Amino acid sequence: MQEENDDILEQITSSEYKYGFVTDIEADEAPKGLSEDTVRFISAKKNEPAWMLEYRLKAYRHWLTMEEPQWSNVEFPSINYQDIIYYSAPKQKIAPDSLDDIDPELRKTFEKLGISLNEQKRLTGVAVDAVIDSVSVATTFKEELSKVGVIFCSMSEAIQEHPELIKKYLGSVVPATDNYFTALNSAVFSDGSFCFIPKGVRCPMELSTYFRINAANTGQFERTLIVAEDEAYVSYLEGCTAPMRDENQLHAAVVEIVAMERAEVKYSTVQNWYPGDKEGKGGIYNFVTKRGICAGAHAKISWTQVETGSSITWKYPSVILKGDNSIGEFYSVAVTNNFQQADTGTKMIHLGKNTKSRIVSKGISAGKSQNSYRGLVSVSKKASNARNYSQCDSLLLGDKCGAHTFPYIEVKNNTAIVEHEATTSKIGEDQIFYCNQRGIDTETAVALIINGFAKEVMNQLPMEFAVEAQKLLAISLEGSVG
Amino acid sequence: MLKINHLQARIEEKEILKGINLDIKPGEIHAIMGPNGSGKSTLASVLAGRSDYEVTGGSVEFMGKDLLELSPEDRAKEGLFLAFQYPVEIPGVSTTNFIKSAVNEKRKYLGQEPLDAAQFLRTMKEKMKLVEIDQSLLSRSLNEGFSGGEKKRNEIFQMAMLEPKLAILDETDSGLDIDALRIVANGVNQLRNKDNAFLVVTHYQRLLDYIVPDFVHVLYKGRIVRSGTKELAKELEEKGYDFIKAEVDQELA
Repeated sequence: MQEENDDILEQITSSEYKYGFVTDIEADEAPKGLSEDTVRFISAKKNEPAWMLEYRLKAYRHWLTMEEPQWSNVEFPSINYQDIIYYSAPKQKIAPDSLDDIDPELRKTFEKLGISLNEQKRLTGVAVDAVIDSVSVATTFKEELSKVGVIFCSMSEAIQEHPELIKKYLGSVVPATDNYFTALNSAVFSDGSFCFIPKGVRCPMELSTYFRINAANTGQFERTLIVAEDEAYVSYLEGCTAPMRDENQLHAAVVEIVAMERAEVKYSTVQNWYPGDKEGKGGIYNFVTKRGICAGAHAKISWTQVETGSSITWKYPSVILKGDNSIGEFYSVAVTNNFQQADTGTKMIHLGKNTKSRIVSKGISAGKSQNSYRGLVSVSKKASNARNYSQCDSLLLGDKCGAHTFPYIEVKNNTAIVEHEATTSKIGEDQIFYCNQRGIDTETAVALIINGFAKEVMNQLPMEFAVEAQKLLAISLEGSVG
Repeated sequence: MLKINHLQARIEEKEILKGINLDIKPGEIHAIMGPNGSGKSTLASVLAGRSDYEVTGGSVEFMGKDLLELSPEDRAKEGLFLAFQYPVEIPGVSTTNFIKSAVNEKRKYLGQEPLDAAQFLRTMKEKMKLVEIDQSLLSRSLNEGFSGGEKKRNEIFQMAMLEPKLAILDETDSGLDIDALRIVANGVNQLRNKDNAFLVVTHYQRLLDYIVPDFVHVLYKGRIVRSGTKELAKELEEKGYDFIKAEVDQELA
């Protein structure tokens, strides 16, 4: 039996990363390395206004004064920032006027990933912004969305078409100077998505951005900005994959969310960057800063993430609860296998009165991986009656992996109620045998148990995503028991 | 249906089964009784294929196949069911979902179409009555927070859903009050037919008042030392295990 379990483990962990293919398409690239010239090159490529270039240069100069942070519970060889290509765009033969003009190779790439750039395929009712390497190649349902006043477009387009909104909100939640990687991102970001939901509008469909790294030796630095005015609602999804390569590739994104009075933003991520091979070679460094602000009273921001990919994940989607009675939520499943490392969690910053936050983190570690939850709950002096509930559960598969929890709690107002619960468990042989005895094989049993463990978080995902995410969990881990 | 021939098994270095012989035919109910530590639960576990135990000798034929060659899940799908003495909890997995997976895995193995939601619910409703189990219990996570009686009833319910050829009940009566015992036994009696068989492992005779066995075997020190009818169980109830222990120890000496 033991042998058989090991066989399944072998089989599954050696199964290839499904999205690891490379699209053979000519790219327009910046020369390797980072300097003011690189920043100017990117800005010029995008035909940006002077204020945008200024913003980038300021960020770049600030970045030069900073040092890469060292405090996380992850280990990696130092990154040579001069060895990265900061801009790579697939060369399209003609500038696409409509979705029909998209290079068939690119269309095929996204189809292979299960993303339809075809508006006719309306079944899913999801508008997509497709970003490959440094640029957005297509955004669907733009017209339909604009009828209700929703702006959904690539960041490059937003800078051209809606400069007043970008000037007002870009960097308003995550300043360029926030940390090493936000400074880097602010200097060299090349695309991403912009969503603007005007006052009182409930966005009629899910918005999503699909990120794909294709070119070798490039970094991906995208920027997402979501603004929901008073009483607006939007549910936004993000997915990502990359080819299998032996070199590590850097992904340093910034996501900002602004929710005004009574607005609600739900942000879901299914992160499946290439995790590296069984020996830990290659994979994406996923160093991301995500933060939202509940700027108005009764606003709500909810982060849901399913993290299965990347060789290293380092991110803390956070909520600043500034408006009175505002709500922040964080639901996370982080899976690590083989040599993956994850240091992820959230920050809930309570500033307003009667603010509430809820944190549910489920870490699953297998192989020789390390999985850390790191979270901060901060209650300021003025935040009377703040409430927080945190639950951090870890599930271990096998005995060579690690699970760690680093909760930080800072409370300056004595009316606050902060609760923290944590558990660590192992998938038991008893559970597996029980399933076996009911005719359920070990692989399926592990998937069943994992999905049960992660259910509370999975339930937060929009339907179409939940099914995919469940499969993804199973694929990442099946048979890791031994 | 089941032919156990000189079965020997150990856990780590400890020999527990020292040559078990047993022949079960369709339609029969066999009871295995014996004092604590005699190897009753080990026999149940070995038949189900628990990997902690190593079979060191003998053979087991089930429905014409070499049982010991089959994986635990294939044994289950061939129609062997074990009602656990200590059913495990699986948080986040509803009992309904779990049983549905089990039923459909078995159907797939037998080359049948999976049951659709409506068919499954219909079957479930029918079987729920048998063990007087409530819908709300089945919507909860498998065995999580269930009382002892609820767990055992859930085992019998799963048995009803899976319709095994041979069901092994491993001390299903332990920890049950008299009402739960009656419900469990009723379920078994209603599921009994001429094509299936039961192997009831128990320490006490009282379960056998409700599930009447055709044969009773006494297991002691890893061997079946006495076989008989339900009268043997009655005799054990009256005299305790000590008289058999004494007799057997004398024979061995």
